[in-house]
Amino acid sequence: MSPIRNRPIFAAQLLFTLAVAAFLIVPAVLSMMAGVTANYFRGIQSGLTLQWVLQVWQLYADTIFRSFLIAFSTLGVTLVVGIPAAYALHLRNDRLSRAVEEIITLPLAIPGLAIALALLLTYGSFGEFRRSWLFILVGHVVFTLPFMVRAVLAVFAASGVETLDESAASLGATPWRRFRDVIVPNARPGILAGSLMVVTLSLGEFNLTWMLHTPLTKTLPVGLADSYASMRLEVASAYTLVFFVMIIPLLIAMQVFVGYRSNLSGTRR
Amino acid sequence: MSGPVDSHGIALRVENCAKTFADGTRVLETITLDVARSETVVLLGPSGCGKTTLLRIIAGLETPDAGGRVSFDDTDVTRVPIERRNVGIVFQSYALFPNMNVAENIGYGLKIRGVKDAERKARIAELVALTGIEGLEHRRIDQLSGGQRQRVALARAIAVRPSVLLLDEPLTALDAALRERLRSELNRLLRTLGITTIYVTHDQSEAMALGDRIVVMRKGAIAQIGTPRDIYFTPASRFVAEFVGAANIVEARCKDGSLELAGGRLLVGDGAANGNVSGKVLAMIRPETIKIVTADGAALSGQVDSISFVGDRQRASISGAAAKPIMADVPNSVTFKVGDRVGLAIDPSAVRLLPGDAS
Repeated sequence: MSPIRNRPIFAAQLLFTLAVAAFLIVPAVLSMMAGVTANYFRGIQSGLTLQWVLQVWQLYADTIFRSFLIAFSTLGVTLVVGIPAAYALHLRNDRLSRAVEEIITLPLAIPGLAIALALLLTYGSFGEFRRSWLFILVGHVVFTLPFMVRAVLAVFAASGVETLDESAASLGATPWRRFRDVIVPNARPGILAGSLMVVTLSLGEFNLTWMLHTPLTKTLPVGLADSYASMRLEVASAYTLVFFVMIIPLLIAMQVFVGYRSNLSGTRR
Repeated sequence: MSGPVDSHGIALRVENCAKTFADGTRVLETITLDVARSETVVLLGPSGCGKTTLLRIIAGLETPDAGGRVSFDDTDVTRVPIERRNVGIVFQSYALFPNMNVAENIGYGLKIRGVKDAERKARIAELVALTGIEGLEHRRIDQLSGGQRQRVALARAIAVRPSVLLLDEPLTALDAALRERLRSELNRLLRTLGITTIYVTHDQSEAMALGDRIVVMRKGAIAQIGTPRDIYFTPASRFVAEFVGAANIVEARCKDGSLELAGGRLLVGDGAANGNVSGKVLAMIRPETIKIVTADGAALSGQVDSISFVGDRQRASISGAAAKPIMADVPNSVTFKVGDRVGLAIDPSAVRLLPGDAS
């Protein structure tokens, strides 16, 4: 910034930025505040309480755990499927592989409801499967896989990874060894970025999950909708609070982890 | 002249290898090449001549079209994947592993081969000393200069004692001064180690300096195979003559053992003197074989068009002697100026007749 600052313009810019930030932050704060207010309609003077939070925990603890189970299972599957898929797509790089890339990206364009409907029509009659959380996992994998594949593909495209692969091959490494020693370590920035997307998207996914869940396989966002529809506003707000408290530290931890790893591997590109 | 003699000495044999890509592009015509043990063969040619494809076929990174065969030490390796061919490759981009430090890069091939820790460390230390990168063992790859990377790539490739060392334009990414220094280091190293080496380059001075033999390639085919001297002094075609070093190509009528040029006559010592060549011919004269003499009484003369002083010598362009201006490299002690009429003294043995190919 130039040393001579145009004060009125700077002040106006600052004010505008703060106003926009407030516009976005105030509802979140209000919602969280409502979760610890004894009676929302009487306002904050009714006193602060943790009873709603406690109630949420009693009623919905299972949805929170299930959401994390599904999110990390989704991450596991997208890692195992997505990284080799991205590598294969990168190596082939022909018309077929571009078509495949487009096809796996389709779930982003198709409404979640439509995907859910298709899954229900096809697998709805497999009772055990239909009733288990694995059914939701399938939906989440379909929805999040393109994010993993795209993130990893971008890193492959930027890093000349096929020459590294050839180089490792010339030194005697088998395809599996190459994948483990060279491909995956050098795709790490993409893998981490993809992982962050996958976990975040899976935790917050509502559309698909709402269609696929059963009363016994509710996830956190579905439970949230449920509480908004059928509970006191304070309970729903307390639920939001719990959601924030759980997801924000997780996201920060993952970001820090990504930053730490990419610092370790240096600025390569 | 163009092939090693007994088959025991052959470390690498490429037989009838051609390459057509999936889209139908033919990048390599059918090629056969023998390389003797400890020999350094340079594949030289302009970009797109198929030299890298040939290298990749030898490495096992490409398969030759049906009928092609690659053998190492009389063993057919055509169907053997690269990881079991025991080759060492230095890529143009070096392809060092960014997730490993210098020592780990050099030791990677040994690790794959299950070489014990202590032995591996000793071998890494040996290579670090050999390539002159002491003190860099624990550096990350992105902390190395271009020249250091090149040395690490070389050390990594020779660590596994490959049957064949393959170098794909290993000096191209470096600046000129460094390139020259590393070239002579590389030369010394290859001679010391005695590894059978295939070296791909588009730089003719690199090819001359490093190659026991040079394979000049053009449009996917071999234009000539020979020692650097063969290639330079007796090029098989106009293409080779012009690609390797500077050359004057004159097209003229040959009669009674001499060329009839615009500025006089030029005696040919290349078998044509017996009078068994006549009619229109193509001849090559290297600029450094031309001496500038006084015009009076010279068999061939012309006028100085331009002089560029290069330091160790000066290059003059002389018009009127032949249909096109003739380049002559003149010692820097000779003084003459643009516009002077000069005579050109050319030893008959320096005039090479070329087959009259299309280009």
